[in-house]
Amino acid sequence: QAGGAMAIFSVYVVNKAGGLIYQLDHYAPRSDTEKTFSFPLDLVLRPRDERVVVAFGQRDGIRVGHAVLAINGAEVNGRLTADGKDVLEFLSNPANYPVSIRFGRHRLSSNEKLMLASMFHSLFAIGSQLSPEVGSSGIEMLETDTFKLHCFQTLTGIKFVVLADPRQAGIDALLRKIYEIYSDFALKNPFYSLEMPIRCELFDQNLKLALEVAEKAGPFGPGS
Amino acid sequence: MSRQAGRGTESKKMNSELFTLTYGALVTQLCKDYENDEDVNKQLDKILFLVCSHRGYNIGVRLIEDFLARSNVGRCHDFRETADVIAKIAFKMYLGITPSITNWSPGGDEFSLILENNPLVDFVELPDNHSSLIYSNLLCGVLRGALEMVQMAVDVKFVQDTLKGDSVTEIRMKFIRRIEDNLPAGEE
Repeated sequence: QAGGAMAIFSVYVVNKAGGLIYQLDHYAPRSDTEKTFSFPLDLVLRPRDERVVVAFGQRDGIRVGHAVLAINGAEVNGRLTADGKDVLEFLSNPANYPVSIRFGRHRLSSNEKLMLASMFHSLFAIGSQLSPEVGSSGIEMLETDTFKLHCFQTLTGIKFVVLADPRQAGIDALLRKIYEIYSDFALKNPFYSLEMPIRCELFDQNLKLALEVAEKAGPFGPGS
Repeated sequence: MSRQAGRGTESKKMNSELFTLTYGALVTQLCKDYENDEDVNKQLDKILFLVCSHRGYNIGVRLIEDFLARSNVGRCHDFRETADVIAKIAFKMYLGITPSITNWSPGGDEFSLILENNPLVDFVELPDNHSSLIYSNLLCGVLRGALEMVQMAVDVKFVQDTLKGDSVTEIRMKFIRRIEDNLPAGEE
C-alpha cells in the first residue's frame, strides 16, 4: 500500500483469563530486504532470543534489529539454517560465499503472541488500578510512532485488540463490528467451545471482510 | 423470534412458529427421556444456563454476547435498570414481547415480569399428568445464565403460569449478589 493509505495490522482476541483465543496478522509493512554478500560479511550479526539479528551496520534497507529470515532463499529456523546448521557458523565459513541473505522484522511466534496477549491483559488491569479517578477503564488506546493499539473490553470481559496505522479512522466502529462477528460466527457455532481458541472459517472470512471494509471506507455506518 | 438489528443492513426476522414448535418438540422429547417433570424442568433450565464448566453448548452465556454486541447497552448499576433492559430491550429483541415490571420488593432486590402472549406457549395445553412441568422454564435459564456473565447472581423462577390456570404468567427475579470474582478489570 502506498504512503498515505491506511492499514490495519493485526487483531487479537483475549478471553477473560488473559488467554489469547484468536490472532490474525492482516497486513505487515514490507521491510524485507534481500542482498547477496561476499566474504567477509560487512554487517555485525548477533544471536538474540532464538534469532540472529543485525547488531551494527545499516545500509541498503537493512537495519539494526532486523533478523536473518532466509539464506539462499530458504527460510531459517530461529538460529539454524533450513538444513539444521548454525546460522552464524555457516556465515563465518568463506566457502559458503557468495551468499544471499534476506533480512526483515522477525515474525512473532505463536508463543510470543500468547505471552504478549497475557502481558497486555495485566497491563490493562494495571491501567485501571493506577488511575487517579474511580471507575476508570483499563487501557483503551496505546500510541506509538508507528502504530496505535486499540482495545475494547466487553461487559463480560473479552478483549478485542486492533493494531492499526496511527492515522486509521473508524476503529471504534470496527471493534464493535468484530464483537458482533464474534457473537455470530464463534458463539453461535455449536461446535465452538467457550474460552477456547477460535478456529472457525466463517469467523475468519467475516473478520477479514470487516477489516478490508474498515481500511477502505474508514468509519462504519450505524448498525452495519 | 424477531430481532431488531441483524447483520448487514437488513434485519433478520424469523417466524416465531418455527421456534415455538421446535421448542415444543424439545419439551416433549425431554418428557419422554426423563421420568419426572422435575428433571425436565432442570434440563430446560440448564440448556440456557452456564453449567460450571465453560465448555458445551449453553445458549444463555452465548446469547448475552449477541445481546451486548447488538444493543449498545452499558453496564447496569442498579437492579431497576436491569429490569428495564430485560423487559424493554431483551425480551423485545428475542421474543417480540415486552413484559411489564411489577411487584418490587421494598429493598429493590426483587421484581416480577408479567408475560402476556408468551410465544413459547402459543399452542400448548398442559396434560394432567404433567402438572409439575414448568413448560417455559427455559426462560429462567437464559435470564440466569446471561446475568451471570455480567456478574449478577440472580434467582429466577415462575411463580404463576397461565398454563396452570393462573390468570397471568409471572417470572420472579431476585438479586442475590454481585459476582466480584469474575469482574473484568476496570469494571469495579
